[in-house]
Amino acid sequence: MERNPEISIRLFSDPHLLSTIRSTVEGLAKVVGFAEKSRGLLMLAIDEALANVIRHGYDGRTDEMIWVHLWRVREPRGIKIIIEDLGRSVAPEKIKGRDLSDVKPGGLGVHIIKETMNESCWEQRPEGGMRLTLVKWLSPEELQNVTPTKPENTFP
Amino acid sequence: MNQELVIEQKIIGDMIVLRPTGDIDMARSSAIRKAVTEAVRTRPAKLAIDLTAVDYMDSSGIATMIEALQSSMRNKMKFVLVGVGPKVRSAFEITKLVGMFTICDTVEEAAK
Repeated sequence: MERNPEISIRLFSDPHLLSTIRSTVEGLAKVVGFAEKSRGLLMLAIDEALANVIRHGYDGRTDEMIWVHLWRVREPRGIKIIIEDLGRSVAPEKIKGRDLSDVKPGGLGVHIIKETMNESCWEQRPEGGMRLTLVKWLSPEELQNVTPTKPENTFP
Repeated sequence: MNQELVIEQKIIGDMIVLRPTGDIDMARSSAIRKAVTEAVRTRPAKLAIDLTAVDYMDSSGIATMIEALQSSMRNKMKFVLVGVGPKVRSAFEITKLVGMFTICDTVEEAAK
């Protein structure tokens, strides 16, 4: 059975709340040992994922529910994020980044998510809506800079 | 965190400088888009967006910068980004768009 997330947040689908989630993700990413550039990209990836839920799942409605769960993972060391919603369900194979050689505004979110994360998996929830699972591991350089974990700071 | 994006506008010679302060994300990018549209309407020789006080930009902000670049090109204006910090630069880099823009460190450099 999967252990409980370190942090779980339920929020309304209001774009003005995105900065709060970015700050939370950055804080946990710092604890895990991600460097500043990786933390910035992580914030960007989760921001894009939530923006897609609001824009496409909920058609811009600001009073719908989104759930965000965050875990630290140990082997390999990194962070795992699950985002769930009750919005419009889309076949996962239809979720694709666009060709970047075509310079035009929009459609960059999925590309950013896939480029940033080591794993990104969209699923249709049986009860409706979508579940997005994101995982990012520390780079070898970041791993070298992590202070050896003290016993009292161990996590499963 | 400010709920709305504050955008200062300065005119330096034949250049309009827009200086937003705060994060540019889904909630706030429409404000900079509107400011760009109004600035382009006055047809300056050059439009600069000073991002010195912008710590974070998402893909809606990047889309707005692409629109500003394309709108400037259509109107035969030069378009410059100024003071792009590390997090904002990362967003341009990961979308492989950093090479599309003229980027200056300071407004003075952009005015040359």
